[in-house]
Amino acid sequence: MTFLADIPISLIVLCSGLVLVLIGLWGMLTQRNMIRMIVGFSLTDTGIHMVMVSIGYVTGGTAPIINDAVPIAEAASRVVDPVPSALVLTAIVIGLGVTAVMLSYAVRIYKARGTLMIDECTESRG
Amino acid sequence: MIKRLFIFLILAVMAVIFLKLATNYSENTVLSKLGYYYAEQGPAELGAPNLVTAVVVTYRGLDTLGEVTVLFISAAGVGLLLRRTRRKDDDEDLEEGDRAEETAGVHKPASEIVETATELLLPMVILFGIYVFLNGHLSPGGGFQGGAIIASGTMFLLLALPESHISRLMIAMIESLSGFSYVVVGVLGVILAGGFLDNRILDLGTYGALFSAGAIPLIYVFVGLKVGFELSAVLDRFRKEDTGPL
Repeated sequence: MTFLADIPISLIVLCSGLVLVLIGLWGMLTQRNMIRMIVGFSLTDTGIHMVMVSIGYVTGGTAPIINDAVPIAEAASRVVDPVPSALVLTAIVIGLGVTAVMLSYAVRIYKARGTLMIDECTESRG
Repeated sequence: MIKRLFIFLILAVMAVIFLKLATNYSENTVLSKLGYYYAEQGPAELGAPNLVTAVVVTYRGLDTLGEVTVLFISAAGVGLLLRRTRRKDDDEDLEEGDRAEETAGVHKPASEIVETATELLLPMVILFGIYVFLNGHLSPGGGFQGGAIIASGTMFLLLALPESHISRLMIAMIESLSGFSYVVVGVLGVILAGGFLDNRILDLGTYGALFSAGAIPLIYVFVGLKVGFELSAVLDRFRKEDTGPL
């Protein structure tokens, strides 16, 4: 188990995030059920968030909150980058909004057609 | 078959790109220049211990305003897509009592455990949400997280009492008022301080106190209320049958 200790923690998060992105892409491309496609989108979304957070990590860094635990004088050398965290916060909210709109489309299509399979909604295709 | 091959090809190319990314990755040992500036100057400049909050609300405040706008548009989109589609002639045939009976049959009542737990937990969940957005500048959390917690309280309510009526007018009022106040605080920053959404329109106060960091707690209260009620409205829209009046 010693070789595991040499792997930087952010690399583990980065790899998990990239794998999630791939799984989500696979889901979006192969599944024909709309709910499953939305799940695929959510997986990709979460994967991208993990990648972004891992890029902001600094070796041995702690949360960027400057209080008694991290004095102001040592702040710049002990905290992780706050910018990717802030961007991920934005991205999570946007992802939530997009997912909500997609789900309501799915509900609407289900009400109109009685099916969630995308193959059966073809008449608008050129 | 060709389609499958195509999908496989896309995934393979992506996998190769990601593999290159992962193998060439090396962990940062120092902060980026921008992050260094924020960590070094942020606390003194804005008075907010939580640097992520400082970046979200003030340094990149315009992005957050855009984010709130996107959330608003998506909530409006959900409202538009899931609006009631009851036809008019149906409406006239049904007496008021008939309609109540009809909608009552739709929902299965929640179990006693869920109902009791909701009565006990709902005030605490909402209080916790308020705590999270009030302390956004001091501890992990903030307006969006607090708003999401408040919306989860609404979810509780909808699970336990599916018939409960949520006033759309109240939601719309609180939402638009807090959104408007957010922009007003931003414009006040142009007039009284350094620029749009500058938090130094109020006194920075003692570092680490609840009422400190200028306008950041104020902005986060508005954001928290707006997000909380917006998400509640979205959840309300996803109910099986709309029972409340528009």
